[in-house]
Amino acid sequence: MNAAGFPLLSLVTFLPLAGALIIMSVRGDEEVVARNARWTALWTSLIVFLLSLILWARFDQSSAAFQFEEKLAWLPEFGVGYHMGVDGISVLFVLLSTALTPLCILASWEAIGTRVREYMIAFLVLETMMVGMFAALDFIVFYVFFEAVLIPMFLIIGVWGGPRRVYAAFKFFLYTLLGSVLMLLAILYLWYNAGTTDIPELFAQAVPRSAQTWIFFAFLASFAVKVPMWPVHTWLPDAHVEAPTAGSVILAGVLLKMGAYGFLRFTLPLLPEATATFAPLIFVLSVVAVVYTSLVALAQEDMKKLIAYSSVAHMGIVTIGIFTLNQQGLSGALFTMLAHGVVSGALFLCVGVLYDRVHSREILRYGGVAGIMPAYAMVFMLFTMASVGLPGLANFVGEFLVIVGAWKVNPWVAFGAATGMVLGAGYMLYLYRRVSFGKITRDDLRMLLDLSPREYVVFAPLIVLTLWMGIYPQSFLSFFEVSVAALVQRHEAALGAARLAGM
Amino acid sequence: MIWTLALPELVLAVSGLVILAAGVIPKRETFFPVSMACVGALLLAAMLVLGQAEGTALGGHYVSDAFSGFMKFLALSAAAVGILLSLDFNEREGTARFEFPVLMLFATLGAMVMISANDLLSLYLGLELLSLPLYVLAAFNRDNGRSAEAGLKYFVLGALASGLLLYGSSLVYGFAGTTNFDRLGEAFSEPNGISAGVIVGVVFVITGLAFKVSAVPFHMWTPDVYEGAPTPVTAFFASAPKVAAIALLARVLLGPFGDLVAQWQQVIVLVSLGSMILGAFAAIGQRNLKRLMAYSSIGHVGYALMGLAVGSDIGLRGLLVYMAIYVFMNLGTFAVLVSMRRAGRSVEGIEDLAGLGRTDPVTAMWMAVFMFSMAGIPPLAGFFGKLYVFLAAVQGAFWTLAVVGVLTSVVSAYYYLRIVKVMYFDAPIGNLDRAPTSLTMVMAGTGLFTAFFALWPAPMLAAAQAAAAALLG
Repeated sequence: MNAAGFPLLSLVTFLPLAGALIIMSVRGDEEVVARNARWTALWTSLIVFLLSLILWARFDQSSAAFQFEEKLAWLPEFGVGYHMGVDGISVLFVLLSTALTPLCILASWEAIGTRVREYMIAFLVLETMMVGMFAALDFIVFYVFFEAVLIPMFLIIGVWGGPRRVYAAFKFFLYTLLGSVLMLLAILYLWYNAGTTDIPELFAQAVPRSAQTWIFFAFLASFAVKVPMWPVHTWLPDAHVEAPTAGSVILAGVLLKMGAYGFLRFTLPLLPEATATFAPLIFVLSVVAVVYTSLVALAQEDMKKLIAYSSVAHMGIVTIGIFTLNQQGLSGALFTMLAHGVVSGALFLCVGVLYDRVHSREILRYGGVAGIMPAYAMVFMLFTMASVGLPGLANFVGEFLVIVGAWKVNPWVAFGAATGMVLGAGYMLYLYRRVSFGKITRDDLRMLLDLSPREYVVFAPLIVLTLWMGIYPQSFLSFFEVSVAALVQRHEAALGAARLAGM
Repeated sequence: MIWTLALPELVLAVSGLVILAAGVIPKRETFFPVSMACVGALLLAAMLVLGQAEGTALGGHYVSDAFSGFMKFLALSAAAVGILLSLDFNEREGTARFEFPVLMLFATLGAMVMISANDLLSLYLGLELLSLPLYVLAAFNRDNGRSAEAGLKYFVLGALASGLLLYGSSLVYGFAGTTNFDRLGEAFSEPNGISAGVIVGVVFVITGLAFKVSAVPFHMWTPDVYEGAPTPVTAFFASAPKVAAIALLARVLLGPFGDLVAQWQQVIVLVSLGSMILGAFAAIGQRNLKRLMAYSSIGHVGYALMGLAVGSDIGLRGLLVYMAIYVFMNLGTFAVLVSMRRAGRSVEGIEDLAGLGRTDPVTAMWMAVFMFSMAGIPPLAGFFGKLYVFLAAVQGAFWTLAVVGVLTSVVSAYYYLRIVKVMYFDAPIGNLDRAPTSLTMVMAGTGLFTAFFALWPAPMLAAAQAAAAALLG
């Protein structure tokens, strides 16, 4: 059994489905159903979040092993089992998913007025899939969750999205699916090669050098689309612009992390030689992503699109960090992922606040918001500064560590990442100036109300987290330090063994 | 001559004759009771199949093993569901005649004979017993031009395929000197037992069977027949006969022609590739749901044949699991199609589903489950079907098949998603009629199977494993 004494991870994973079932069974007129659906979804996600806090409390930070493990026979003769567990790399992502979901449900409280029941069901199913994906320790189980995320997200974008929602939903679905099916072939090869899909067991077996290259590119096809890396990032701006606010929050906050998590969990440990060989390729793609998408972001006129491009840039920094393959770079990448999950989610919520009131995301539509909505402007500024990488706020720690790690590998890569940070300051401050400052040119803006109590409740935890991560990052870093050290050590050992074998 | 081994077939044949007689005698229309009796007979036969002993009978013409048991059970349950689908539809279309379920019953009997065939002659006998009722069923709505056209087309092309099969069989017989599968296998295992004539014969046999499973390049009849035939008949076409033909193809190629694997493998690989590619691309432009499902079935046959092309026990297991899953999700999809009526009139355009997510959320949910499953999205059953055939392809190092397979599955995801899009993203254009209870039950049953297959896949896999082992020895 595990530290908690009961199947905690499965409970956290599948409890949202129970909530979805309850919502499904609600009968009555539309008003009653909508109200019940909202409250049920909120309470379910809150209970799930509270349960997942046990992970935070009981996680043994001094061990790199998988914890809270659960194993069930599923297809024993094929070496496939239901295996769940978290280590330092994944535990915080489980928490990130469970923390963002109730906030998303709160954020959609009034913004979603039609088909509330289906919306809440989709969100709860989405939560199950996200948590399951981060907790899965069997490759097939992982793939099932990884792909299944597409179904609720497709519906969220397509049903509750903006005017071009159909295009965006299809693009999102097909892009991601195309990448994933190639990964499926690689998984099948590994399965056949090792006779098992159990991830810890797969780590123990070396993949033949000749196959590593192909598997690396198959994984890359899947994870690069998810991250997303340049040049396969084009689905992201479309999906973000069209998705409802909460959909964007989950997309930026958690779904983008799935690709980077895949690199960390699979590519690095399973394919050490191919990783070392192709790291320069990833660096080039990432630096291009950081610089290019930052420049693109400068030219955007839609707030959501701007933040979407900034996400691509931030995730470029993450992939640089991952492929530095040293302690600082990997820790920085993990920290940036978490920080970006909180900050970019919050930024999308900020856009959502304005969008709910004015129904426009066009930057030029606004101006002088700070004068009418001072509290909002304050919150928005905090997250803008965090996104820029201001010391004392969340993103700084991660990006700084990545640059330190990258410098050890190649100063030019560090230079590219740093350029991204400078440009990031440019587009974020430019955005903030155009929205918040200046003269109020439109009369309807004068009528705007400042943040409502519900919105305060949504933003408060995110503000606390952003400050916490910036001021005392150690309480987060300590979770994954040991796991990252083990990962680096194993990678170097594998490379050493390969070199010996080659001599 | 142990004829008791063939008890399921005998019971089904006798009950078919009895039901036919009982249906004729009363003065009033006996469609509903006869249908129920046929469902009962099919289920009885299915129970008997489960308890069937193994061995050969009837002078070596008939074989019973785990493989035949698996496929027969599948065909029988699919046929029973097929009759359920037709109950309400036939009443409303004015084609509620008692011959309808009886024809389905005899077609299923033919399918069972095919599955158990251990001789080229019993193979042909079963195939014809399957095909003749199907020709009639396709044209069952005889006052409708499209239905009559479908029946005629199916008959002409089906007769051609039967001719090819018969020609191939005669070539094989001429060169090998026997029609019994066991002795054919022995003859081909000798070093100089394989001659050019035999290979030509095998190719003809494959051609005849590829026609029945509607694999490229012998698929041309499928869209027209699927579209023209009454919808429950189309549902039936895509289930029991397809299972039987796939089973027969597997038995013939892996049994007597198992030593010719190098010769037929490339044929099956090409057929599989062609079917997957055509099924993915040709369906994109379709506006009629039944036509779309026809192309989709061509694609699915391509995936199933991938398992056969590999020729290993893992490949065969993948094929069996794929067919089992496909049959049920396909029946569920057709349950939705059969239920589509607007003001009493049957409709079958994709746009007729517009806004179904609002007007009939339950039906829309099942349809979405089937569509995502057909597209191969986990955790639905269709994904696991694909998983096992892809696993076989990867293990056998058939990389072209595997890569083309996953890429075409992405292409085909587009048109399945389009149906989901029409149901959920588009505004409703008037309500569809409420689905009758028989159909909602079929939808719920197959839908639950499709959605929750992942929870407990072990029994089906074990059964498929045993069936594959029985065939490959």
